[in-house]
Amino acid sequence: MRRIENVLRSLIEKHTTVVRVLICLLLASVAAQAQIAVRGETVYTMAGVPIRDGVVLIRDGKIERVGPASQVAVPSGYKLLTARVVTPGLIDARSTVGLSGYLNQPHDQMQLDTSAPIQPELRAIDAYDAREFLVGYLRSFGITAVHTGHGPGALISGQTMIVKTVGDTIDQAVIVPEAMIAASLGQAGLGQGGKSPGTRSKEIAMLRAELLKAQDYVAKQKAAGNDPSKAPSRDIRMEALARVIRGELPLLVNVHRAHDIMSALRVAKEFGIKIVLDGAAEAYLVMDQIKAAGVPVIIHPTMYRAAGDAENLSMETAANLRRAGIPVAMQSGYESYVPKTRVVLFEAAIAAANGLSFEEALATITIDAARILGIANRVGSLEPGKDADVVLFDGDPFEYTSHVTGVIINGQLVSEEKK
Amino acid sequence: MIRHLIWLLALAACAALGARAQDRPQAFIGAQIIPISGPPIENGVLVVHRGKIVAVGPASQVAIPPDAERRDVAGKVIMPGLVDTHSHIGGGAGGDASAPMQPDVRILDSINIRDTSLKRAQAGGITTVNIMPGSGHLLSGQTVYVKLRNGNTIEDLLIRDAQGNYMWGIKMANGTNSLRPNSPGPFPGTRAKSAAIVRDMFTKAVDYRDKIRRAGGDRSKLPPRDLGLEALVEAMEGKRIVHFHTHRHDDILTAIRLSKEFGFRAVLHHVSEGWRVANEIAQARVPCSIIVIDSPGGKLEAVNLIFQTGAALERAGALVAFHTDDYITDSRLFLRSAALAVRAGMSRDNALRAMTLAGAQMLDLQDRIGSLERGKDADFIILSGDPLSVYTKVLETYVEGVKVFDRNNPQDRLYAVGGYGASRDQDVHIECFEDGEGNK
Repeated sequence: MRRIENVLRSLIEKHTTVVRVLICLLLASVAAQAQIAVRGETVYTMAGVPIRDGVVLIRDGKIERVGPASQVAVPSGYKLLTARVVTPGLIDARSTVGLSGYLNQPHDQMQLDTSAPIQPELRAIDAYDAREFLVGYLRSFGITAVHTGHGPGALISGQTMIVKTVGDTIDQAVIVPEAMIAASLGQAGLGQGGKSPGTRSKEIAMLRAELLKAQDYVAKQKAAGNDPSKAPSRDIRMEALARVIRGELPLLVNVHRAHDIMSALRVAKEFGIKIVLDGAAEAYLVMDQIKAAGVPVIIHPTMYRAAGDAENLSMETAANLRRAGIPVAMQSGYESYVPKTRVVLFEAAIAAANGLSFEEALATITIDAARILGIANRVGSLEPGKDADVVLFDGDPFEYTSHVTGVIINGQLVSEEKK
Repeated sequence: MIRHLIWLLALAACAALGARAQDRPQAFIGAQIIPISGPPIENGVLVVHRGKIVAVGPASQVAIPPDAERRDVAGKVIMPGLVDTHSHIGGGAGGDASAPMQPDVRILDSINIRDTSLKRAQAGGITTVNIMPGSGHLLSGQTVYVKLRNGNTIEDLLIRDAQGNYMWGIKMANGTNSLRPNSPGPFPGTRAKSAAIVRDMFTKAVDYRDKIRRAGGDRSKLPPRDLGLEALVEAMEGKRIVHFHTHRHDDILTAIRLSKEFGFRAVLHHVSEGWRVANEIAQARVPCSIIVIDSPGGKLEAVNLIFQTGAALERAGALVAFHTDDYITDSRLFLRSAALAVRAGMSRDNALRAMTLAGAQMLDLQDRIGSLERGKDADFIILSGDPLSVYTKVLETYVEGVKVFDRNNPQDRLYAVGGYGASRDQDVHIECFEDGEGNK
């Protein structure tokens, strides 16, 4: 590989501009296909105990081998990167980035349409700006995958999706185009400007009515079998909710108050649908019920502001949920002002300082996030066959004064933190 | 009746306890002491008495008074109480929508000291705060400097100068927050208009000042009192510091230009693009109180905000402090601002100075607070470890020798980490119900 590079470089020095451009392109593709070996003083695979002096071999965008340096030799031709600490690519389990941009002007705030309270047909893929500045900003702190999409603020605001933080277009970035349907209960679900729903009871009544319609839609589809003449006419709203009714997609319920969490669990039970709690500031008050319902929690950012429905939030909730055996992932959430996005690396760090162990906190932004999002077959840990999403640090990732020294996504070194 | 009697007895007993705690010196022994005014002291001793620091130094050199209450704090870190040069704790509001400049409005008339944001600030190790009105005006009112004592009224928190007057500054802003281009009324629609409105009002203040001077003490010749112009005159006389919200590089230079024209002392606040004009700021010798935010943007004038601003200003030679702008950043995590600045290249020493002594300088309080030196106020915090580590906790906060936060106290811990009721206004605090150790 190096020899090819050298030949190409010498050609560049000798030839005309056009040839140079062509050769540069060729060189770039050679570099892109280069195999990488990452050697870390500590490698947190999140699939077993941490490896001291570990090596991660990356080949063709996938993880090839992981193990102690004493057992995993670095083959020739592999570009060697070293770091104090190596982790899997970090996962932000709930964001609106890419739909909400950092300018915070009407033209770059696409996470919420307020024309109607229930719009599950709004697709995240139709609004994601892969070139949004904040996507690259998150990537520089090691965030390699983001569950993003429509935000809180409407009873059902739209769909979410999962992207890698690379690519110039949605098609290059997306890994799960429809991940969940985003709903909000409590204050966040109330209609704006005096529109319904105007109360919590009304929220639940409207939600149940809509789910009943979707149930009916699914039943009609089933009854029609393979006969298109008997099938209900296509309805993109019902098609989206039908996936929830059929258990294919979870309803992602943004909710903070304990009694609103109970409402969410009640509706889930009534319709037999999967839900994921989003935010859940008062989850610590109803842990037994959440656990019994088998519902995971994408907890509010640890540094989220204690105000409104979230006024009783605690920095220790992630730890308390974990102790109770409830699956927990960390989110950056939605921010309407500054900071325009939070960084889950920083949020997990504060959770690690408030009851979670280092590895438990790391799990909330790697393997546990991947499991809750249903992408653990691809990302979330450093295991052979998984996507080569790897982050390199020059110290404890959670320490304020450490740096991200390298970010690898799909086997390519894509960025590092500005020092 | 009997219940009342018990209360009275309890009060009397507590008063006695409280008085005793004040009368005896307290010695904190064995911690690493970061005095800010000098290098860190290993195995240090801090002695405080009657609200003041009476001795600080290595254990081998400090003579502990024989009657002192001794406290072993080996393994801990002691540093000065943090100074927050810009905060909105207490839920106050300054000027209303009637005018873009309202120098007669005082934030102190609107602060709810029972708001739990004050408790959270104590939990974050903050002991002195400049509470400001907002930035939606060119001049939104008078700020107030407070100590986070456990008081019952805002008066209990005020900081008095040598003449006994409470201390305050003036809040100004430029850039986009104070622009209201699409609404009729007195607010500016452009940056140039903003500067013109400011110059117009300061010109009136110059006139007002000159009339008073010409009157030469003759009451009949004095202009009618104008509370707003009085405040601006005090600013031009150097008695008040103007705390100037400004983000973009050109807005920063405009703020400096106005301060030069009218001769008021300014501290630049936020200074998101300060890294672009660091040399100009340093040459103008204008101090900067900066904010560290987790991501840029959220508004147009903050799109170039970076963690490196502190380091850039430090390199240029400007005086740097940090602020929380609470609720923008959380007072409980104030130390994080310094740590992230160090992540981005600022020196550790100046970052810690920026949390303490540099902030004190920006409030004209450097002779009283900001460092651990004999004769200064006994405002200090006890930390579980390195102030710049994410894992470090503020264990105790002292204002003038009185413990106002103790992480071991369940109620204080609730404010520190959050939980059910943590945002509810605190109960009326009866200070004498605490002994020196925070037990009730």
